[in-house]
Amino acid sequence: MEGDIVQMGAYIGAGLACMGMGGAAMGVGNVAGNFLAGALRNPSAAAGQTATLFIGIAFAEALGIFSFLVALLLMFAV
Amino acid sequence: MATEAHGAGEPGLVFHPMDQFMVKPLFGDGAVGVFTLTNVTLWMALTVLAIIALLVMGTSRRATIPTRTQSVAELLYDFVRKMVEDVAGKDALVFFPYIMTLFLFILFANFLGLLPMAFTTTSHIAVTAVMAVMVFLTVTIVGFVKHGVGFLGLFWVSSAPLALRPVLALIEVISYFVRPVSHSIRLAGNMMAGHAVVKVFAAFAPMILISTGIGIVVTPLSILAISTIYALEVLVAFIQAYVFTILTCVYLKDALHPSH
Repeated sequence: MEGDIVQMGAYIGAGLACMGMGGAAMGVGNVAGNFLAGALRNPSAAAGQTATLFIGIAFAEALGIFSFLVALLLMFAV
Repeated sequence: MATEAHGAGEPGLVFHPMDQFMVKPLFGDGAVGVFTLTNVTLWMALTVLAIIALLVMGTSRRATIPTRTQSVAELLYDFVRKMVEDVAGKDALVFFPYIMTLFLFILFANFLGLLPMAFTTTSHIAVTAVMAVMVFLTVTIVGFVKHGVGFLGLFWVSSAPLALRPVLALIEVISYFVRPVSHSIRLAGNMMAGHAVVKVFAAFAPMILISTGIGIVVTPLSILAISTIYALEVLVAFIQAYVFTILTCVYLKDALHPSH
């Protein structure tokens, strides 16, 4: 019985960790949207900044990845 | 990832979406040991063979007017070389062979994993963690060899007010040690999630065999979804290889020029 409750808590927690996806989505959308806004104002400077765009997206995404890590830990390590 | 096998008697999906990530021995059903040939071994070997085939065949003729294979090989070489030079600087070109190897291995592993029935080696954290930890160790050692104790200046943000610097130093240290974690899990997580989504829709595709009424709607929709997500996965496979490599370059830049 006690193990079942722990199991239930782990599954609920893993589901709740999906909320981190929303945060990562906002972050990535923010980076890409602002890049596009800047690129449309000054298209000639945009090509040189694509590397920065991807680095920004990768860093924003990293925190979403950590919620995935939490879900994995709850599913397989608890 | 999915270590426990899911019985056929279980209700729900026809097959479990995580079953594709199971490490199995190639011959027989024995336990997986250190030297067992598994499907991971097979697909890693195929990845290396594909890279060798492309580069050796591409550069064997060295024609002035390049053939298609030679163009692809030269394109990849120039792409990575330019990335290293732009992001990490000219003196980072010593590490160009290492970064090129990383990029090609991840790119080809991602693309080969997209073949039907293939195994995506980069979807395993064990594989990506080794690469990320190697990058982390390389960067740290290079930083200390080049700058000695001065490398620790990376954590001391000299442009911030003095009162804030200890707090920032703590945050910088934490973010430095979290690098290999995010570096490896980003790649593994992206590959795993994409492939699992394809498999989830693939499990809905044979619905028409069970019930014609629901199936007539669900089956075409899920086949459409599989095709769309597959196209997205081709893009993701390239972007993740690119992101892994460019982050390696960024970390390398920190080690070579640690001034904040």
